[in-house]
Amino acid sequence: MKEIKFENLKSGSNLEKVLVSGQFACTGEIGPPTYASFEEIDKHAREMKGKVDSINFTDNQTAVVRLSSWAASLRLIYEHGMEPNLQVVCRDRNRLAIQSDLLGAYAHGIRNVLCLSGDHQTFGSSPGCKGVYDVDSVQLISMLKRLRDDGCFECGAECKINPKFFIGCAENPFGDPFEFRAIRLEKKIEAGADFVQTQCILDMERFELFMEKVRELGLHKRAFICAGLMPVKSPRMARYMQTGVPGMLVSEEFCQRLEKAEDPKAEAVNITVEYIKRCRQIEGVAGVHIMAVAWESIVPTVIEKAGLLPRPTF
Amino acid sequence: MIVAERKPVEKVLEMIAPYKKVLIAGCYGCVTVCLAGGEKEVGILASQIRLARNKAGNPIEVVEQTVERQCDAEYLAKFQDNVSKVEAVVSLACGIGIQYLAEKSPVPVFPGVNTLFLGANIDVGKWEERCFACGDCVLDKTGGICPIARCSKSLLNGPCGGSQYGKCEVSKDVDCGWQLIYDRLKALGQLDKLKEIIPAKNWKRDKGPRKLVREELTLERD
Repeated sequence: MKEIKFENLKSGSNLEKVLVSGQFACTGEIGPPTYASFEEIDKHAREMKGKVDSINFTDNQTAVVRLSSWAASLRLIYEHGMEPNLQVVCRDRNRLAIQSDLLGAYAHGIRNVLCLSGDHQTFGSSPGCKGVYDVDSVQLISMLKRLRDDGCFECGAECKINPKFFIGCAENPFGDPFEFRAIRLEKKIEAGADFVQTQCILDMERFELFMEKVRELGLHKRAFICAGLMPVKSPRMARYMQTGVPGMLVSEEFCQRLEKAEDPKAEAVNITVEYIKRCRQIEGVAGVHIMAVAWESIVPTVIEKAGLLPRPTF
Repeated sequence: MIVAERKPVEKVLEMIAPYKKVLIAGCYGCVTVCLAGGEKEVGILASQIRLARNKAGNPIEVVEQTVERQCDAEYLAKFQDNVSKVEAVVSLACGIGIQYLAEKSPVPVFPGVNTLFLGANIDVGKWEERCFACGDCVLDKTGGICPIARCSKSLLNGPCGGSQYGKCEVSKDVDCGWQLIYDRLKALGQLDKLKEIIPAKNWKRDKGPRKLVREELTLERD
């Protein structure tokens, strides 16, 4: 493979190199378990090795206590030699704890961070707990950018050896107010987001509409936008997501295809592969992020069928 | 106003179980307006306590009194006589009044209400939170709708991914605060305001309980 010479990388992460070199990125995701063992993480990491550019570790997703995302990220680095994308939500920590965790994360070799608001605590295992939300996701992004580019903490104090992260954010093209979604993404990019991973796309038309607005604002030229995709293995799950998950839009066509399929799992793979191919055709989409919630083992198959192998190495 | 709701009578009866003579102290301020701790509610609670204790064969003497504001020393002084004659007090004022009365009272003061939030009476029998008393108002940036009080996550820079059809991810009965802000700014022709990044907030919890001193009004000035 031709060696690429990179200049002025922000973090030097593998994901950054893939995106900066103009190659279509492909990332995976693992939800850490609700118990104190790396067993499942190891299993999925082995499955995804060589198939993805980076793996997201969710941060107490759905507000349920889980093995911490930084601990899972370290496991990926030390045990598997792979690259994590550390998710950080604003729900559980104040600015002091977040910055502290991120100093440690960087010192351990974590280079990608995805900044999120986090599902509201009422969804989870401790609905009566106090949500922190000391900073919101836009402010969290600003904080990381300042730490990286100006070498100072949120309070203004100098950070001698400052973490240089590849800063990510999420955006949900399916939430409301729809007209505000691209503007909100613009705020995140303005605040310092280098890459974006969208909420999973189960309504392609709406996503295309969102990307139109993104292009109108020129956001695709200022940050790398990766389309979130989710293989949904059962029609029941698709219907549940259509009606029971706030902020999700699932097209009728999507649900019906799974319902009519003789083998819904095979159809789920087909749809995801099709969507990946469609995303590659959309101007401004720089990669895909595959979130196979509770079905991580399918990720390699999807990636292979979508023609995304082999992954670039540097 | 400060919105409160009455504690269940059973809870109040538990608190005053050891006593034979109590004062139910009402307030004509916010708790009168939200029908939780005014003169009328003092009368109702007093009757409930008397009935319950009589029924239990353990009668109690209940004194009733309501003053203009329990958060004001001038009016609290009016309780002095009654407080000196009872073994305990149940205050139906907000948490501020209850504490202030307790500071001045030689006998124990118990809460007769749960203080809920700073809110408005949005319809008959309905109250809703409107202000977080954060100490640094941002309403000029958000169309007069508070993102801290109205967004379930107190987000300052727009809605999270859970906002849909105008509702919050927490419940379909809760309006998304940022949808309200968006709609209002749109109506005002001020959508540009949404582009401003509001920086991380100073929550002003750096000096313990918050205080306000206006030098020009204090009695200690020269």
